[in-house]
Parts: sequence; C-alpha cells; structure tokens
Amino acid sequence: MKNNKLDKKVKLYNKPFSFHVNVESFIPATSEEKLQQVLLRESTSFWKDGLKRLWKNKVAMTCVFVISIIIIAIIFLPLMWPYSYEDQLGVSQGQSVDPSFSNLKPFEYGETELSIIADGGHLFPHIFGTDSAGRDYFIRVIYGARVSLAVGFFASLIVLIIGTLYGSIAGYIGGKLDLFMMRIVDIIYSLPDMLIIILLSVVLNQLFKETLANSVFASLGANMISIFVVFGLLYWVSMARLIRGQILSLKEQDYVLAARSIGASHGRIIRKHLLPNSISVIIISTALQIPSAIFTESFLSFLGLGVSAPMPSLGSLASAALSGVYSYTYRLIIPAVFISLIVLSLNLLGDGLRDAFDPKMKV
Amino acid sequence: MDSKMMVYILKRLLLAIVTIWLIVTITFFAMKAIPGGPFLSEKAVTQEVTDALNAKYGLDQPLMTQYFTYLKGILQFDFGPSLKSRGRDVIDIISEGFKVSGKLGIIAAGFAIGFGVTFGSIAAIKRNKLIDNTIMVTTTAFVAMPSFVIGSFLLIMFCVYWQIFPANGSLPGGMVLPTIALALYPMAYITRLTRSSMLDVLQQDYIRTARSKGVSNFLLIFKHSLKNALIPVITYIGPMIAYILTGSFVVEKIFSVPGLGRAFITAITNRDYPLIMGTTIFLATMVVLMNLVSDILYKVVDPRIDFS
Repeated sequence: MKNNKLDKKVKLYNKPFSFHVNVESFIPATSEEKLQQVLLRESTSFWKDGLKRLWKNKVAMTCVFVISIIIIAIIFLPLMWPYSYEDQLGVSQGQSVDPSFSNLKPFEYGETELSIIADGGHLFPHIFGTDSAGRDYFIRVIYGARVSLAVGFFASLIVLIIGTLYGSIAGYIGGKLDLFMMRIVDIIYSLPDMLIIILLSVVLNQLFKETLANSVFASLGANMISIFVVFGLLYWVSMARLIRGQILSLKEQDYVLAARSIGASHGRIIRKHLLPNSISVIIISTALQIPSAIFTESFLSFLGLGVSAPMPSLGSLASAALSGVYSYTYRLIIPAVFISLIVLSLNLLGDGLRDAFDPKMKV
Repeated sequence: MDSKMMVYILKRLLLAIVTIWLIVTITFFAMKAIPGGPFLSEKAVTQEVTDALNAKYGLDQPLMTQYFTYLKGILQFDFGPSLKSRGRDVIDIISEGFKVSGKLGIIAAGFAIGFGVTFGSIAAIKRNKLIDNTIMVTTTAFVAMPSFVIGSFLLIMFCVYWQIFPANGSLPGGMVLPTIALALYPMAYITRLTRSSMLDVLQQDYIRTARSKGVSNFLLIFKHSLKNALIPVITYIGPMIAYILTGSFVVEKIFSVPGLGRAFITAITNRDYPLIMGTTIFLATMVVLMNLVSDILYKVVDPRIDFS
C-alpha cells in the first residue's frame, strides 16, 4: 500500500519543467536504509584518539605516574617539611658551631638532638641524614629535583616559543628569506653546544653578578639565568627545522588556499590553520627536549656552573658528594638515582607520546 | 670523485671554517666582555704594576688590534701564555693534557663502536628473543643516564665496594674505569642504532636471496649486511666525538685523570682566560672537523644520497 502512494507521488513530481532534481532522493528513507546509517564506533578527535593510544601504553603510563608523584612531592613537601634547604642546623647566631648536627647518617640523631628528645621534644627524623654543613639532605634533594624540573620545563618553553616563531616564519614566507634563515640555523647547529654553554655561563655569571644581587632572581644565581639565555640562543634550532619542514608541507594544502582566497591575513593562517596542524610535531619535540634540558643543567651543575650555593641542584649535590664517597656513599647514590629516574621517565614518556601522536607511525 | 662531490666538500669545508672563525670571535669577545680584567682577582697591585702587566700581555691596545693579533697568533698555533700557571704557554698545557685525553677518547670511541656494533648485530639477529630484550632494556637505561651518574656508579661499585680498580687516573690500571665510563653512553646509542639499521637491512630482498641460496649466518652478516647497516653509525661519529670531548670533563673530574678536560674545568674555576679561550677553540675545532669528516664519509659511503 505504502509503495503505491510513493509511486503516485513520484509520478506527480516527475513532470516536465520541474527543477530537474532527482525527486527519488528526497523520499523519506525506509527502515533498511536507516540501519545503514548507524555508527559502529563513536567518532573521535585527534586528541581523544592519541590519548587513548597513550593510555594503553603501560610503560608510558608508569612514567606519567612516576613523574606525577615527583611533581607532587616537590610542590608540597617543602611546605610541610620542618627543615629548610639552607638552614645549617648546628649554626646559631653568636654561638660556636655545634658539630653534632653534621654528617648524620639516615635516621640517625646527633648528640644535641638526642638530648632534646630525651627532654621530651619531638624531632622529625633526617630521612637521608645531613650533609657536612649540617643541612637536612632529604629536603636538599627535593629542592634539587625542583630546580632540575623547573629548568627543564622553562628552558623547553623558551625553545618552543623561539623555535616555533622562527620556523613558521621561515617556512611560510619561503624564498630568499627562508634560505638566509636556514643558513643561520645551519651555522648555529654546527656550533659545539656544550662548549658555548660553558663559555657563556662563565661570562654571563660575571656580567650579571652585580645586577642580579638585589633582584628576584638572587636566590637562583646568575648561572641559572645564563643557562636560560644560552638555551634561548642555541637550542631552538632543531625545533625551528622541524616546524619549518612541517609548515612547508602543509602550506600547499587546499584549505590554506581557500583561507587566502577569502582574505585571511598571513598571521591568521599561521595561527589558526598551520600551527594547530603541526601540534603533534610540537608536542613530541618539546617532550623530548625537557629531559635533554635537565641533562644539560645537571651536567653544568656537576661542573660547578649551575645554580649557585646554597640552592642545591641534583648535579651539584652529586659533585659535592664525590669527596666523601668512601664514607658517605649514599650521598652520591641518591641524587644520581633521582636524576636517572627523572630523565629516564621523561624519555620513555616522550617515546610513548611519539608512538601515540605521530601520524607517520600509525600502524 | 665527480664534480658534485667536490662542490659539496668545498661547501662543507667553507661552512666549517666559518664556524671555527665564529667560535674564535665569540670566545674572544666573550672573554673581553667580562668586567674587571684578568688581574683584578690578584692581590691589590699599584697602578704601575698593572700598567706593566697590561703592556706585557698586550691588553692596553685597542680591542680590534688585540683581536687581529690573537687571530694571527692562532694561525701559528700560539694561544699566548697562561695567566694563572706562570711561565707556561697555553699551547703547552693543551698538548700535555690532550696526550692523556686523546688516548682516553680514542680508546673509548673504539670500545663504543666495537662493542656497540657487535651487540647491536646480535640483538638484530636474535630479534625479540631474551638476549635482544636484555640488550634493549640495558641500553635504554644507559642512554638515559648522564655521564656523571654512570661515572659515579662505576666509582662506587669498583672503587669503594669491591676495591678492584684505583680511583685515581694516574695510578696503574686507573685508566680502565674512566674509559668504560666514557664509552658506555656511545656504546648504548650505537647498539640501538646498529640494531634498527641491521633490522632494516636484514629484511631486504637480497638478504632473502642469499639466505635461500644457503649462505651461512656468519657470511650473511659480515659479507652482505654489515657494510650497509653501518651507514647510520658513520653519521653518528661526529656527535659521538663531541660527546666524548664534553664527557671527558666529567669523567676526568670523577677519576682525577690529568687530562685536558680537567685542565679546562680548573681554568674556568680559576678564571684563567687565555687557557679557557685556547681550550675552547681547540675542542670546538676538533668537534667541527670531526663533524665535517663524518658528513663527507657518509656521502662517500652511500651513493644513493642526494647532494643537497
């Protein structure tokens, strides 16, 4: 019955001088046709897809867990820890230095502390002991990790911003400007980075010593600022190359042409179309830059060119522990293990992110 | 060698020379930018003594004159006298230090390449078996550890606990541990590199043909695939030398090896500017030259590469 009605309607509309539209495609769908439209899998976006892949990667998830614990520890522990990183416990104003606080083994109490406990006081145990100046070692390690992670994060941020700006401009404008900018990149790329860093650290340390003494950055020291400056000067080149390559390949896409034809400005095209499509490259490159920055910072601190005392860094703690390595071996083991843990987790996480988000590696 | 290769070599040589010149210039002006001059840290001297010292070291001349004098000196391998080690020229300190560090570096490099290629090939052939997984896990761990961590662990294990090797590089048998400490990271890296490139090569058709012909495993590796699998390793030689040079600073400090790295670090701590400049230029030039050699070697070995 229904079909007859439909046939009549079709015949009704198939008159000459109609809109030459195929009326049959406008007839309401039958239930069989409706079944074909049911989605077998819900649609995903780029983020959801990548994150799902990352979730399944057990190694990467373990690393996320480890790093989250470390980050929570370095944010919250200093707030509630009874000892400060720079407080030399045996030293008080006007009295001679009390040596019973120095060089304590883990969980050991010095004589003065034992007498305080005997009098009924409560003293929080030194989980990692104290160093040769009487400072609690555990909180120094925590502060050291804080410095390392902060440097890694901020240095990578600097590299990200400079590299993306430079690379996108070079890639988008192309032509002679691109050639010139890439020549500069080549020259900077072939400079031996470590030597220049050491050199510039020495120079900038001297230059900035006075200016920084009274400012906000006094506790970090001039060496820290010089590390950031050097990173800003040297390490953005590989990021710039990657971004430029990505933009060069995306520039020829049709949607860019469409945007240009309706009058979008160059800046808008880069911001809204090209960069968002290069996000996978940006994320992966930044995620692998962070452990490299931490590596470099700990290397410099080990040589004595990192943060200045008393602010600890994992590298400088290891360096200071070298002299006492036969008697206090744990003092060298602990910062070394921490650094390895942080760098290893970040590297594995970077690999996991690359597996999850790199379109070329999608199996 | 055809003309395209010559043009490429010349271009790279030019880039290398420009880079070295840039490093010399940056180093020079960076050292001159430090306020106070090199004699400020000494005990207070009268003005006449300062003037005499400045005249002796040529520091009273205009900046550009000093720069060109320095450039001329470098071309004759004269870096000037050391400021803090009186009576010794910078070039002497560098050559003495380099005799030790160079030996250390070359042995470490040979170690790294030899063992790295071996382990990488083994891992590729026995793919996904236990030995492959062990090698991969070990190398991942070593690649993530900074050089001073590896050095510290070796020091603790072999000098403190087990007392097998001395902790001082000058003592007999003292060079074993610094060499191992220096070589572990490049070895791990080369192992992974060789493994992935060998895996690629082993899947090629010509290998399959050889295997089906009944060629033994031994011949397969050494005669057919190794040469091709080693190509990425050649590109790594440049960065490896750079790593060994900078890694030597740390290793020489940990094991008290009297090499160039330790002299460099001491110079930095003592603010001995001519020595800092000389060592930086020397090391940087080595790195740039090794990168150049590595790039050219790569192009020579792999004829498929386009010269761009």
